[in-house]
Amino acid sequence: MATRTETFSPAQRTEALEDILTERGLVDPKVLAGLIKNFEENVGPMNGARVVARAWVDPDFRARLLADGTAASAELGYKGAQGECIVALENTPTVHNVVVCTLCSCYPWPLLGLPPSWYKDPAYRARAVREPRKVLAEFGLQLGDGVQIRVWDSTAEVRYLVLPQRPAGTEGLSEEELAALVTRDAMVGIATVATPGS
Amino acid sequence: MTSPAAALDLQGASAPPRSNGELVFAEPWEGRAFGLALALHETGAFSWKDFSTELAGSIGRWERGHPPGEEYSYYRCWLEALESLLEERGIVDRTATVERAVRLGDRPAGHDHRHDHEHGD
Repeated sequence: MATRTETFSPAQRTEALEDILTERGLVDPKVLAGLIKNFEENVGPMNGARVVARAWVDPDFRARLLADGTAASAELGYKGAQGECIVALENTPTVHNVVVCTLCSCYPWPLLGLPPSWYKDPAYRARAVREPRKVLAEFGLQLGDGVQIRVWDSTAEVRYLVLPQRPAGTEGLSEEELAALVTRDAMVGIATVATPGS
Repeated sequence: MTSPAAALDLQGASAPPRSNGELVFAEPWEGRAFGLALALHETGAFSWKDFSTELAGSIGRWERGHPPGEEYSYYRCWLEALESLLEERGIVDRTATVERAVRLGDRPAGHDHRHDHEHGD
């Protein structure tokens, strides 16, 4: 008979754990199903994109976002687990911000959903700090020598959202149209927001 | 130049997670393991900082000494962190998990789920 958890597949271990926890009343199956469904279907980068678009069109909101990312995000209804302390980082023509979590995968869930696989990958986590310019180039983002790259290491306490630069030629767009331009990659800092059609 | 409306259709950011081309969880058990940790945290079983510390430890152990050729699995590290934390806190020890896994594995063929709750709820 097996005596070690390693003998079983992660799927079997998870099922056994869930069975024990629900049996003991420590986890409510309905709550569990709701949590999973929410992250699979509802919470995603579109939340952060709406925050960014609002900051682009509303200077007062932008100031509040940079002063207190958590409170400003909550104004649009985005709060909850992993959003307790959100810090917004503003990209400028001379400063580009990149976010990583070197130890695990800390990430602003209420704004961006769960992190993509590359963000959790050991290679990104190690190299983003050591050679950010090269990593960004591999993601297709070539930054000029005049642009300083700042790398921010997330923790269980602080989660970062990059506020990308508003692309040129978008003066006529509505807030909703602007939000549609903002990608997850731009809000983590491995991309910029492109002018539509460019 | 494409219109903003076209850009809106193409950009993944405005689409919900499932339809932007990337699965949040590669396998169903990953979602279950994720949900169990979050559900337990929400009931106050542990702080998220404590879980993050355990997760970082689990990831670090894999990075320092994993079997040659073994592919990295974030959610396997996640599950190990959850098992460790539950054992440390005296909530569920690994022996109980193994015993339950054995029991679940002994189910007669065709009974792949022993819960009596309704499916799909």
